[in-house]
Amino acid sequence: MSIEIEQPSVGLSKVAVSETHGEDSPYFAGWKAYDENPYHELNNPSGVIQMGLAENQVSFDLLEDFLETHPEASSWGKGVSSFRENALFQDYHGLPSFRKAMASFMEQIRGGRAKFDPERVVLTAGATAANELLTFILADPGDALLVPTPYYPGFDRDLRWRTGVKIVPIHCDSSNNFQITPQALEAAFNEAEAMNIKVRGVLITNPSNPLGATIQRSVLEEILDFVTRKNIHLVSDEIYSGSVFSSSEFISIAEILEARQYKDSERVHIVYSLSKDLGLPGFRVGTIYSYNDKVVTTARRMSSFTLISSQTQHLLACMLSNKEFTENYIQINRERLRKRYDMIIEGLRSAGIECLKGNAGLFCWMNLSPLLEKPTREGELTLWNSMLHEVRLNISPGSSCHISEPGWFRVCFANMSEQTLEIALKRIHDFMEQRKRDI
Amino acid sequence: MRHLSRKATCNSHGQDSSYFLGWQEYEKNPYHEKENPKGIIQMGLAENQLSFDLLESWLAENPDAAGFKRGGESIFRELALFQDYHGLPAFKKALVEFMAEIRGNKVTFDPTHMVLTAGATSANETLMFCLAGRGEAFLLPTPYYPGFDRDLKWRTEVEIVPIHCTSSNGFQITESALEAAYQDAQNRDLRVKGVLVTNPSNPLGTTMSRSELNLLINFITIKGIHLISDEIYSGTVFSSPSFVSVMEVLKDRNCDKTEVWNRVHIVYSLSKDLGLPGFRVGAIYSNDEMVVAAATKMSSFGLVSSQTQYLLSALLSDKKFTKNYISKNHKRLKEQQELLVAGLQRAGISCLKSNAGLFCWVNMKHLLSSNTFEAEMELWKKVVYDVRLNISPGSSCHCTEPGWFRVCFANMSKETLNLAIQRLKDFVVETTANGHSPSNIHYSSSKNSKRKLLPKWVLRLSSRDRDRESDER
Repeated sequence: MSIEIEQPSVGLSKVAVSETHGEDSPYFAGWKAYDENPYHELNNPSGVIQMGLAENQVSFDLLEDFLETHPEASSWGKGVSSFRENALFQDYHGLPSFRKAMASFMEQIRGGRAKFDPERVVLTAGATAANELLTFILADPGDALLVPTPYYPGFDRDLRWRTGVKIVPIHCDSSNNFQITPQALEAAFNEAEAMNIKVRGVLITNPSNPLGATIQRSVLEEILDFVTRKNIHLVSDEIYSGSVFSSSEFISIAEILEARQYKDSERVHIVYSLSKDLGLPGFRVGTIYSYNDKVVTTARRMSSFTLISSQTQHLLACMLSNKEFTENYIQINRERLRKRYDMIIEGLRSAGIECLKGNAGLFCWMNLSPLLEKPTREGELTLWNSMLHEVRLNISPGSSCHISEPGWFRVCFANMSEQTLEIALKRIHDFMEQRKRDI
Repeated sequence: MRHLSRKATCNSHGQDSSYFLGWQEYEKNPYHEKENPKGIIQMGLAENQLSFDLLESWLAENPDAAGFKRGGESIFRELALFQDYHGLPAFKKALVEFMAEIRGNKVTFDPTHMVLTAGATSANETLMFCLAGRGEAFLLPTPYYPGFDRDLKWRTEVEIVPIHCTSSNGFQITESALEAAYQDAQNRDLRVKGVLVTNPSNPLGTTMSRSELNLLINFITIKGIHLISDEIYSGTVFSSPSFVSVMEVLKDRNCDKTEVWNRVHIVYSLSKDLGLPGFRVGAIYSNDEMVVAAATKMSSFGLVSSQTQYLLSALLSDKKFTKNYISKNHKRLKEQQELLVAGLQRAGISCLKSNAGLFCWVNMKHLLSSNTFEAEMELWKKVVYDVRLNISPGSSCHCTEPGWFRVCFANMSKETLNLAIQRLKDFVVETTANGHSPSNIHYSSSKNSKRKLLPKWVLRLSSRDRDRESDER
């Protein structure tokens, strides 16, 4: 997938000229098409509707209300220069009040079923940074991480680009709803071994992007057993944990570890962020939670390259320390996402399109394989192009998520108003009607 | 084996044990005017705390900027969602204009050539990733900021080869030193990709002369390599000669449109000039579009919070504010530096003549028991434990001559500075009055039981619990 140019041009590094940043994939091409002709309710009603962006825009009003009623969060008060203190604060341990608030927020999301120690929270500028940082710590250049397919396209850059680490896919398919199986884990491990590549860990996203579904308890147990047997690491990217429609359906790896009394937990690391659950990708708030002391220490030092603005830490410490606010937010956010999900599933169903049964996230995993002219990657891209240019919806083709079966697409539903979603559904409906007539 | 990567287990994060020790001692016993007047005064922190009142009054007069409002209207959603690695256009525009203003508008910058990063720490590392890799090196004049060992080498695997500068000519870079460093790299089988200088210099506090800059440009032209000019202290030049950016020299030599133009890159930050290290605002400026493109994508790993970008775009767009700030800041830095220099002089201690920065490069050779780094360490420990001043020993900056120390002056009030000077004066007086060489003096302060024998664990690179690496330059 990546093309490494032999001779660095104009005296740049190999990393700089390689294409491992992955930005030439269709995933990004869709963005460009949207940028050139973006939908706007009034100004451009026939423009491309952005359904390729996993953003959470359904709960901003709750955040805005909080800021309105708690002005101290976005200012520094009149106290003996709290501005000075905040402006000077660049300690890579992070603002203690913020770390504490983050740990407790993570507990709340998991319904109190797991405990998080603020001393193990490491702060980074976004989960993008957290994932890269962990990769630098857990693996050497040339080593590999096993990642189940389909996976978030950004991982190709985040895990591989500057680290020199490889991704070996754990193949999952629709035969069992894309669940990770012990056989698939073994196969991936063996594939790496056959290529003489050292596997350093498994990285899962739970809830999954792009599937929009949580990983089952039994599967998590199997994965944990697998990494223990192979003596490798497990990274659980739980950035969508607050976006599970029903609290009880999300099981964090933290709960599994707690049930095992944290035996052998030093191989487990959790990544979290406020970009999805709170809809604040611009603020760059990510975290690594590790059960491994050395990883915590090293990650802290490395976080110097990617600290969170102290101004932002202050804001979020205020917000997330407010239990009343967070309880209310988590609950309402969940309900609204569920409502959106139901709406899109129903809309697609009535257009004759099925999706994977999901229970989380900001998107659904749509099955358009019956519509493919050819059951190939090219067939999928052709269909994707029609969706982009005829139906004028930017959705993400499964191939950009490294899936082996063609025809699946990720469709985001939380980054627009309900009205826009209805319009998108209507366009899909019309498209499907048209196709029926054409056949 | 469940082990970690080489990067995690090696110690190339360069955590310097003396920094750690000094910091730790300070933390245990920090000076406070009322609550702990005998505590250790922190003089190892290059922070600019002299002009916060100007920022605070601007914030009080412009509440929209921190309140997510533009013209009274809320732009919270827009900012919350804004994660474009091209950066907030209004902020980049304001930032390049501020940079131009600092340079007396003798050079201008194009915002599309600027990449925002979470601090200069991130900018420097990112530039390294873009320009070099394993088996390659950058040449750096000594003494240099200790953090470079981590920032430039740790994850990038690039090597630093020193360009040795000495007090014989005020630590200026010479042609022979450049050549020697280049040769040194070759001998070590390292491919030299460029030179990185800090201008104004940390720890020297001096601006680079035109002739030095010309020398550098000649050198990189001949060798066909890059030049990174870390100009994060450019706004702290408080007396003449005025600041000359490498960009200005290139322009004067009509180098734009030539190949070397594309190989010169600047790093900037608001941590020193504006005193906002917590906000993580750094920038890479390059004339080379490929570098800009690669660095932009890499900045994904360290973007500046949109909340902060917005606040600072409003602040820096206010030209009345920036003009006033720049001039007041200079004035206050100058006053504070003069206070320190005069005070040191009265104590019989000289400094390198400086015109910039937040620190002085102080010559304490005459107080060493011998012209060695061991003696420097001995003296340093005395200053930390007995005089109770945390200053930075030259060896931590890779200085080749023992006896030099970096002493910061901008992170405290005049009163505290005067107290520090008094303490140092007393120390020097006692040292020389008693006719003992400094190594024979034992200070019988009961507070300092640890000074005689340093436990091994302290000298080892840090343990996880009291890990307090300084990010300060």
